Amino acid sequence: MHFDLSESQQLLKNTARKFWQAECPLAEARRRMEAPGACDAALWKKIAEQGWTGVLFPEEFDGLGLGMVEMAVLMEEMGRALAPVPYLATVLMAGTLLDRAGTPAQKRRWLGPICRGEARATVALLEAAASWDPDGVSLAADKSAPGFTVNGAKLFVANAEEADSLICGARIDGELALLVIDRRSKGLTVEPMPAIDLTRQLYAVKLDHVEVPAENILATGAAARQALDAMLETATAGLAAEMVGGMQRVLEISVEYAKTRKQFGKPIGQFQAVQHMCADMLLAAEGSRSAAYYAAWAIESGAPQAALAVSVAKAYAGDAYRETGNRGIQVHGGMGFTWENDVHLYYRRAKASDLLFGDSSYHREKVARLVVDHD
Amino acid sequence: MDLNLTPQELRFRDELRAWLAANVPAGWQKQYLTMTMQERFGLLLAWQKKLHAAGWTGVAWPSAYGGRGATLMEQVVFLEEVARAGAPPQANLLAVGLIGPTIISYGTEEQKQRYLAKMLNAEEIWCQGFSEPNAGSDLAALQTEARLEGDTFILNGHKVWTSYGWAADWCALLVRTDPAAPKHKGLTYFLVDMHSPGVTVRPLRQMTGESEFTEVFFENVRAPASQVLGQVNDGWNVGISTLMHERNTLGASLHVTFKRQYDRLVELAHTMQRNGRPAAADPVLRQKLAQSFVEIETFRLTQMRAISRVSAGGVPGPEGSILKILWSELNQRFQQVAAEVLGDYAQLTEGSPYAPDEGQWAYTFLRARGNTIEAGTSEIQRNIVGHFVLGLPKSY
Repeated sequence: MHFDLSESQQLLKNTARKFWQAECPLAEARRRMEAPGACDAALWKKIAEQGWTGVLFPEEFDGLGLGMVEMAVLMEEMGRALAPVPYLATVLMAGTLLDRAGTPAQKRRWLGPICRGEARATVALLEAAASWDPDGVSLAADKSAPGFTVNGAKLFVANAEEADSLICGARIDGELALLVIDRRSKGLTVEPMPAIDLTRQLYAVKLDHVEVPAENILATGAAARQALDAMLETATAGLAAEMVGGMQRVLEISVEYAKTRKQFGKPIGQFQAVQHMCADMLLAAEGSRSAAYYAAWAIESGAPQAALAVSVAKAYAGDAYRETGNRGIQVHGGMGFTWENDVHLYYRRAKASDLLFGDSSYHREKVARLVVDHD
Repeated sequence: MDLNLTPQELRFRDELRAWLAANVPAGWQKQYLTMTMQERFGLLLAWQKKLHAAGWTGVAWPSAYGGRGATLMEQVVFLEEVARAGAPPQANLLAVGLIGPTIISYGTEEQKQRYLAKMLNAEEIWCQGFSEPNAGSDLAALQTEARLEGDTFILNGHKVWTSYGWAADWCALLVRTDPAAPKHKGLTYFLVDMHSPGVTVRPLRQMTGESEFTEVFFENVRAPASQVLGQVNDGWNVGISTLMHERNTLGASLHVTFKRQYDRLVELAHTMQRNGRPAAADPVLRQKLAQSFVEIETFRLTQMRAISRVSAGGVPGPEGSILKILWSELNQRFQQVAAEVLGDYAQLTEGSPYAPDEGQWAYTFLRARGNTIEAGTSEIQRNIVGHFVLGLPKSY
C-alpha cells in the first residue's frame, strides 16, 4: 500500500505548477476576470500542447491515456492558479460524456478536437429546479424529420459562451437522452448569469426550436444515465482536487501575511488565535486532499465504493474550502475585505465550487443512502 | 499511488486474521464492564501472553529483540486487524508501542538485552512518567529532579496521569538533571524500578468514574547511572521520540474502532424512534450520521497518507499533530451524534437494564471528552502545527 504521488505524478505536478506560474499568474487571472469574454485561444493552445486536454482519453483520439490521479494533479494545480480556462467543462464534463457514450465516429468528430485543443465544449444539465440529479432533467427533444427539435432553457451552464458545442441532457418520449448541440445552431442564445465566482462564468442557454440532427444523439435511456453518472463522478472528483489546490493557496497566502503583518510590535502569526486559524486551514486542506485523491484512485481502480468516495470527498471539500476562505480573509483583517486582495477570489470560488455538482448537504444525503440505509 | 495491500502485506493480514478468529476470547467486553481494575488487568495480561506465545507482540520490533521484523505497513495492518477483531488491548501497551521502540533507538546493548524481551512477554509491566501537576502542555517545565551522588541518582518529585502506574514494574521517567540549563536542555530520561523504596502510587479517579490513571510520588528514590536512557541532559530528544510514536502509531487503529462503533450506531438508528420515525429516516440525523462517516473516513485516509510518507523513509514528525486533532475532535462530535440518535436512552449508564449496549454509549460519550486533552491538548497540537509545520513564530 502506498498512498502518495508516484515520481511521474509528482513531476507532472511540478510541471503544472511552473506552467501556471509562468503563463497565468494571479494578476493575469484577475485581468481576464475583470474583462470577461471569450477564452484566451493562445493559452488554451498551450494547455493542449502539454497534452492536458486529452489527459484521460485514449490515444486513438489523440488523448494521453493517463489516469484519474494525473487528472487530479492537474486540477489541483489549476485550482491553485484559479486558471481562467474552460477545462473542467470541456475536458472533465463534455470530454468524459463523449468518451463514455460516443460511437467511434462521434468521438472522432467531437472528442478528437477536444484532445487536440481545437474545440471547447460544455454540458448543459440543470433547469429551473436546479437539481444535479439526472432524474431532474425534463427538457423535451421532439422528433421532427430529419432529427429532433429542442425548445426550452438550460441554466447554470459553465463556460457556455466559449464552447463550440454543448452536450445537453433532454428527454425523448420521456426517456433520458444526451444531445450534442452546436453552439452556432439557429435559435440558440447564451446569456450570462452574473454570479459570485468571477473566474468561472455561468450562463443561461435558451433553446428556441433548435434543430438537432439524429447523428448528434450521444446516448439514450440507461446508457445516457450511466454516462451521466460516470461523468458526474469523474468531474466531482476532479473538482474536489481543484478545491484542494485553492485551499492550499489560501493557506500559503495567509501564513505569509501572518508572518509579515505586525500589530502590537509582533507578527500577528505569533498570536495563538491567528496561529490556530492557520492550523485549521492546514487541517482542512490536508483532509480534503486525502479524500480527493482517494476518490480519484477509487474511480481509476474500479473500486466498488467509488461513488461513496466521491461523495465523501465533495462533502468534506465543500465545507473545508468555505471555511478556509473564511479564515483566510479573517487572518487578513481589513485588508482581506478589499477588492485588491486575492483571497476573496478564492472565497468566491469556494462557494461556487461547493454548489457545483451538489453541495455538501446533497452529498451527505448520498452518503447516508449508501451507509445508513439498509438494502 | 496504489492503495491495495501488496501480496506480502496480504499474506501477513490473512495469517493474522485467521489467528485472531481462532483466539480472541469470546464475549470478553461484556465481562470487562463489571470487572474490577485488577481483574481487567489480568485479562489483558493473559491476552498479551497468548499473543506473545504465537509471536504476535512487537511485530515491528527487530527479530534480534524478539519482534517479528515487520514493515511499518504490516504494523499498521496488525493494529487494524486487532481492532477489527475486537481483541483486547495488550497489558504492556506502553512498553510495546512507545517505550520499547525508544529503548531500541537510544538504549545501550546491555539495556536492550535487559528490558526488551520482558516487555514483550509482559513479565515486566511499564508505565510512563512525563506529565506533572505543573507541567502538562509545557512539559519541559517539569520539576521532578535527579541529583547525582557518586554513581547514583537521587530522584524526587510527583508525576500525574500515569497509566497503569499501580500495575507497573518499571517507569520511563523524564526528570530534570540540570536546573541551571535552559529548560529543554537539562532533562534526562530514566528507566526506574517501580519497586524501589520511596515510590508511592495513588489512583487518580477520572470523570468517567474509573481509574485508568495514577499519580506517582518519588521520594529519595535511588537510580544507578546505568538506568539513564540516552545521554544525561538529552532527555528531551529521547522523550520527544516517545511522543512522536504516541501520536503517529497509537492512532493507526482508531479508525477501525470508530467504524465499528459507527456501524453499531447505524443499526441502532433503525430501531430507535426519533421525532416520530426511525432515527435513520430523520433528515437532520441522516445529515449528522453522514457527516460523522465523512469525518471518520477522511481521518482514515489522512492517516494512510501519513503512514505512507513515514514508510517511504521518513521518521514520524510533527504531522502527527494533525492526526491527533482530527481523531480527537471528530470523536467528540461523533459521540454527540450517537447521543442524538439514542435520545433519552443516551444518558443511561452501565447497571441500568434500559441502557442500550450495557451503557457503552454513555461511557464513550464521557470518555471522549478526555480525547482533546490526553496525549497533548488540541491547543498545544495547533501550536505545533503553527510553528513546526507552517513556520509561524513560536507564541510562547
